[in-house]
Amino acid sequence: MAKTAKIEVKDGDLLLCLREFFRSVFKTGEVTAMLVPMHLPMKQVIMPVLVSDPERLDDADPLAPSFPMNSATLVSRLTRKPSGGKIAAVLRSCEIRAFTELVKLKQGSRDELVIIGIDCMGAYTNADYRRFSEKESTATFYGSVLSGKGTAVSGADLAPACSICEHPVPEGADIIIGLFGIDVRNHLLIQGMTPKGESMLSSLGLPESGEPEERRSAIESLISIRTKSRDNLFDKTAHATDTLEKLTAWLSGCINCYNCRVVCPVCYCKECVFVTDVFRHEPSQYLQWAERKGVVKMPTDTIFYHLTRMAHMSTACVGCGQCSNACPNDINVMELFRTVAHNTQKAFNYEAGRSPDEAPPLSEFREQEFGEVVGIN
Amino acid sequence: MSEFEPTIIAFVCNWCTYTAADLAGTSRLNYPKNIRMIRLMCTGMVDPQYIIKAFLEGADGVLVSGCHPGDCHYINGNYKARRRIKLLKEILPQFGFDPKRLRLTWIGASDGIMFAEIMRDLSAQIKALGPSEAKLKMVI
Repeated sequence: MAKTAKIEVKDGDLLLCLREFFRSVFKTGEVTAMLVPMHLPMKQVIMPVLVSDPERLDDADPLAPSFPMNSATLVSRLTRKPSGGKIAAVLRSCEIRAFTELVKLKQGSRDELVIIGIDCMGAYTNADYRRFSEKESTATFYGSVLSGKGTAVSGADLAPACSICEHPVPEGADIIIGLFGIDVRNHLLIQGMTPKGESMLSSLGLPESGEPEERRSAIESLISIRTKSRDNLFDKTAHATDTLEKLTAWLSGCINCYNCRVVCPVCYCKECVFVTDVFRHEPSQYLQWAERKGVVKMPTDTIFYHLTRMAHMSTACVGCGQCSNACPNDINVMELFRTVAHNTQKAFNYEAGRSPDEAPPLSEFREQEFGEVVGIN
Repeated sequence: MSEFEPTIIAFVCNWCTYTAADLAGTSRLNYPKNIRMIRLMCTGMVDPQYIIKAFLEGADGVLVSGCHPGDCHYINGNYKARRRIKLLKEILPQFGFDPKRLRLTWIGASDGIMFAEIMRDLSAQIKALGPSEAKLKMVI
């Protein structure tokens, strides 16, 4: 059983409470720096910030419905080699799961890292968050979500990826900060999920607490709603792309900017083959292609790119939705990739980010398996 | 209109299936001209993108063929190929590719007769499926 404690909330201000908690984490002397989403001083923009001075945490805001990038990539940068310090990272569930995939690929390490996960209320798209933040505050958002009024505030609602996310609780974290099914006007739940998390909890000296029963049922009902909308979305997307022509229509706005690859936390190649000289075709090659069918769309290799990316990363896709967030032409990339990823992960009885002990499916094999794909009869 | 002749790209490993093809040739066995063979050192080096490229360029069928399990010259390349084929057989049919267009076989170096038989069967099967969608339509 995980070690469970609580932190007091004053005047219903969750952000104040969390910032105080983050400061207390520094006081244990166990962390050198903390990666946490924070308002940048120059604008109402939230970005991950690496903080070493606990007095500079006043603008930390891990509850805003803002998700500008998947921080798994950043944690990988911070931990791919020993940094000489200990880092605490405040992450969303999908960031933790993506990081787990990167650790399996030896592109990050949890040795000198404490992951603090907060129950995830989801986020808006970048565009929606910009509009939201002009008028509203983070407190309005969490107030609405946690009082049961829903995630929609002044016309903005969760990004599609978040609205179908069946992992609102950051299970892979060392420490979980619980919001769901908790009387948040009064306190937040803190759980140590790993020996590392439990030991940090002990040094924080917080009052012990049990896990209220409502929490389990609140989480279960949220997951069941999300799973239902997820499956709906899978059906719709599969139906809308079930021929090559329909897939082409789905992706027809693609300009091969490869933003979806750049922001993808599990696109693990250091250099993507699609930006190498392999795809810097000879001018005469384009003419040959055009002559063969009479037409060739420029830039070329669009479907080729997306199908290859599916083959390379779909078994590691955690569904964070950053691909859609980064698409300049509003292609529903997340819908397509999550649908495919769901099927490929099922085929290998694998779930990205579920456990650090499961090897990525394409990195191993069994002698006796998949006999059905062999032979021509 | 002339009869449809499918284009089949076969990625074959140097040590087993290519050697079997060689044996079929030196034994003067016939097999259809629809098969375009690409020799690789091992099926374990067939990146899924080679297969995707072949289909998008208009191949009506793709065959990957290597050594029998346990016989791989590089110990386990064929097992890795099998997982990649499994992966592609999950992905491609979602977009309307008939899974029968993508095949994996094990043909050992001494299986010249078997090689010719499989090529004949495969060619007939792909012919029966008709031309692939990618061949007929504009692919972006």
